[in-house]
Amino acid sequence: MSQTIDVAYVAELARIALSEEERAAFQSQLETIVHYVDKINGLELDDIEPTMHGQVSANFFREDVPCDSLDRDAVLSNAPARTESEFKLPKIVEDA
Amino acid sequence: MEDIGNLTLAAALKGLRAREFSAVELVRELAGAVTRRDDALGAYLFFDTDAIVQQAAASDQARAAGIDKPLLGVPLAVKDIINVMGEPCSCASKQLAGYTALYDATVAGKLRAAGAVFAGRTNMDEFAMGSSTENSAVKLTRNPHDSERVPGGSSGGSAAAVAGGIAVAALGTDTGGSIRQPASFCGCVGVKPSYGRVSRYGVTAFASSLDQVGPLTKTVEDAALLLRELAGFDRHDGTTLQCDVPDYTAFLNEDLKGLRIGLPQEYFIDGSDPEVMSQIKQAIERCAAAGAEIVELSLPHTEYAIAVYYILATAEASANLARFDGVRYGHRTANPETVFDLYAQSRAEGFGTEVKRRIILGTYVLSSGYYDAYYGRALKARTLIRNDFAKAFESCDVLLTPVAPTPAYRIGERTQDPLKMYLGDVFTVPASLAGICGIALPCGKTESGLPVGLQVLGPAFGEERIFKAAAAMERVFKV
Repeated sequence: MSQTIDVAYVAELARIALSEEERAAFQSQLETIVHYVDKINGLELDDIEPTMHGQVSANFFREDVPCDSLDRDAVLSNAPARTESEFKLPKIVEDA
Repeated sequence: MEDIGNLTLAAALKGLRAREFSAVELVRELAGAVTRRDDALGAYLFFDTDAIVQQAAASDQARAAGIDKPLLGVPLAVKDIINVMGEPCSCASKQLAGYTALYDATVAGKLRAAGAVFAGRTNMDEFAMGSSTENSAVKLTRNPHDSERVPGGSSGGSAAAVAGGIAVAALGTDTGGSIRQPASFCGCVGVKPSYGRVSRYGVTAFASSLDQVGPLTKTVEDAALLLRELAGFDRHDGTTLQCDVPDYTAFLNEDLKGLRIGLPQEYFIDGSDPEVMSQIKQAIERCAAAGAEIVELSLPHTEYAIAVYYILATAEASANLARFDGVRYGHRTANPETVFDLYAQSRAEGFGTEVKRRIILGTYVLSSGYYDAYYGRALKARTLIRNDFAKAFESCDVLLTPVAPTPAYRIGERTQDPLKMYLGDVFTVPASLAGICGIALPCGKTESGLPVGLQVLGPAFGEERIFKAAAAMERVFKV
């Protein structure tokens, strides 16, 4: 691999606005890190099964029964802005 | 009461049960120590003495009424990533400044049911991303053995509080070494349980295929007492295994005779600090002298572990932290003009540098054109690392390794070089990737007085083995 990372594009995908200084710093740091992790290209992996997490277990299903959920007012207490009973968001109207 | 700085969880329980002191007296003593010493240490983000005394008073009343519980009246510090209802939970991030937990994490609920007193929120690397606690957006935590050095991380506040004598015991989380490495740097005991042993429900997610909650304590016995309460199936975390939790304290009185201790050669190559290696080698000799059988073996894919870890952990983090969008909770930017700005500006302002770096790296390895080369290949490489351990445990009971290649380093030494910081996790991430369990315990000090920790690794759901080995080693090292 070892291609140049388009940091501005990836940051856009990640929905993080970067200053020009941050972008420049990340550019060299991330290239160094990606160059390092490229070492896994040295492994022969064709017949290897992936490991998704550290434990082999069957899928877990719970019974589909109603249970208590969080109190609405408590949930709204952590919101950046709220009305009496809803999250309040800035009015954003964008062109289609 | 014994000096609060040295008071173990076991001794606290014993004193409370014998009515030598009350829980209120205990937490007042603790609060006094925090007031005197935490300005210099910086271990706590939040310590509400009045609320702690109230909990302690309730536990004293329960005891007076004839009730006893496994941890009744014992104060525990909690890493600021674990939700305790009604307390702040900021993950040491500006993103969650002012956030109040709406419910108990399963581990918090279990500790509450066991009678524990929640005594303070400890500092950490923001969202548990880091190895030195320098990524906290709130403040620095200093190593109790040398104030110019880091406590390790990400559970650096918990380790510094325990080792610095201002917590009886603490909870941390470990994704790639975040309990074991700070325990080693600060000179206390830390356990990373097997993946699936302890519920993560209510613990802010960093890398969900790796995260585990575990204890940081002054002794192996304390860790066993605490893990016994933390472990077990939880219907809210589908990765927890439905199997019995052994009484880990039942394994603490055995000796090392006949225990087969594996030494993976890849953990003993040049490049580690000579003083660390000298302490580890002396520890191995003492184990052998105490009757342990030393088995040299190989974990051949060790050299790929850091690469695999930083692909998988950042990929998972990029997905987990997508929830911070400035809409329902967390930081929101002022006056965004577009929906994109609402997200991108809120995240830019709320997250610190390391968190941004990891989200961007994780987004990159998952992005179109790179997914197979990085994320896909890393998942397969993880299988090789996991198989290495499975094979190793065919010829030994536990593995013994250093926790970290160096003792605690100087504050600021690695902050400008993220890769160098990541490489310090070389001895802890392989076990995380494999989902096995591990314990860090102090085994000696460098000439300048910095603690050196060793790591004992056991197979998945083999916590009994690491407790048995570590408790015996703790006695051997003290003689």
